[in-house]
Amino acid sequence: MMRVRVDGAKCQGHNRCYTLAQELFDVDDYGYSHERNEGVVTPELEEKARLAVANCPERAISIVEKED
Amino acid sequence: MTNEPVVDWGTDYDIFDKEYIKNPFPIWDGLRDECPVAHTERWGGSWMPTRYEDLFNIARDIEHFSSREVLVAPGGPPPDEDEEPDPDLPEALQDYQPDAPPITSDPPVHTWARRLLLPPFSIKAIAKWEPETRELCRSLIDGFIDAGRADAAEDYAQQIPPRVIASMLGIPKDMAGTFTEWVRGFLELGLTNADLQGEAGRNIYTFLWERIQEHKEQPQDDLISYLLSAEVDGEPVPETHVLGTCFLLLLAGIDTTWNSIGSALWHLAQNPEDRARLVAEPELLPVAVEELLRAYSPVTMARVVTEDYQYNGCPMSEGDRVLMNFPAGNRDPAVFTDPDKVIIDRAENPHIAFGVGIHRCVGSNLARMEMRVSIEEWLARIPEFRLEDSDAVTWAGGQVRGPRSMPVLWP
Repeated sequence: MMRVRVDGAKCQGHNRCYTLAQELFDVDDYGYSHERNEGVVTPELEEKARLAVANCPERAISIVEKED
Repeated sequence: MTNEPVVDWGTDYDIFDKEYIKNPFPIWDGLRDECPVAHTERWGGSWMPTRYEDLFNIARDIEHFSSREVLVAPGGPPPDEDEEPDPDLPEALQDYQPDAPPITSDPPVHTWARRLLLPPFSIKAIAKWEPETRELCRSLIDGFIDAGRADAAEDYAQQIPPRVIASMLGIPKDMAGTFTEWVRGFLELGLTNADLQGEAGRNIYTFLWERIQEHKEQPQDDLISYLLSAEVDGEPVPETHVLGTCFLLLLAGIDTTWNSIGSALWHLAQNPEDRARLVAEPELLPVAVEELLRAYSPVTMARVVTEDYQYNGCPMSEGDRVLMNFPAGNRDPAVFTDPDKVIIDRAENPHIAFGVGIHRCVGSNLARMEMRVSIEEWLARIPEFRLEDSDAVTWAGGQVRGPRSMPVLWP
């Protein structure tokens, strides 16, 4: 199963992930991002998760793949 | 300071060179390959990284690179401390040391000053300004559409950001022309003219100080009142801090996005396929805006070296200025495939047009909204247009790059 992780220490609130994939990310009142649904990425959202990683200027997002 | 032609860009670059302002891209390509952290003695002296990785590293290294001075040129000598009082300045500002927190702050002040500003500029808070922005774009287009021609920079791009930021701050929108003149005096023409910069700065501070006093008497639902009513650690924010922050918001809210919108229209005027694609697929606009921001990033900010420091073999000295050439980083082939090509649906685009690290532009959500709405409204009404004469387009640069005059025609 794929999961996304936002490193809160690196996020500076660019909101790129939130704009690309609101199914996977939400932002707080200050604009800092966090994962929705504990970061679980369903198969149809895997491409969006990869795009969020590739577009984050702070390199704050990572993908963790785990065997179920 | 000199205006001699540049022979060697690696050791003697000139950010105010007219050809450089017009077309800096080949020069950046050369520097990235041969001298990725260039140096010059011109305009007060500075270092200039052009590779993405160096910009990323330096922006995040706040220990060695301070933001206490962010202008790309010193403007002039520091003010004389024994100067006579300025009769035009309010008494409370006679000893005021102008600054613009949090862009000119380092932690710890930066941390609370930024936290104060983030909520009103969050993506969700900015959404409520979209209808007013859209209405403004429509009325501007109404004003010139029948003529079949307009100056897309002066009549459109330049008109949008000052009115939106004026509404947000709670200052008169009908003074947009004056605000633009002041901002150009400070950030554009003033960078090489200390007297002009000083005068523009005094005009802005004095004007904003008066508006702050009015807001103290009669609070409104706007940013000035929000800042005046805010508390940090149980204490109200000092009024001079509110002043500096309003100064920042007015300047940064106007000059930057005006140039982004202008450059976007300059690109679209010359690229019919991209126009057609955005007309047919307006849902692509958010992605297109990121690509236009990457390819035509307007803003270069400076940093000051905090102690003698070797960066990648460059012997930087305490007090040296470093020009954060984010626009050049955004065309680095090490990060972007075909960097000089605008790929309107570019999928992987971690551009740093808004900077990177703790000084990420606080207005980035506002800028993106203004760009998206202004391009969408333009293309909805004027899907076909072209430059009247590409040689007639004039550019400004240095701190912020973009078209100043751009006559366009449509059928």
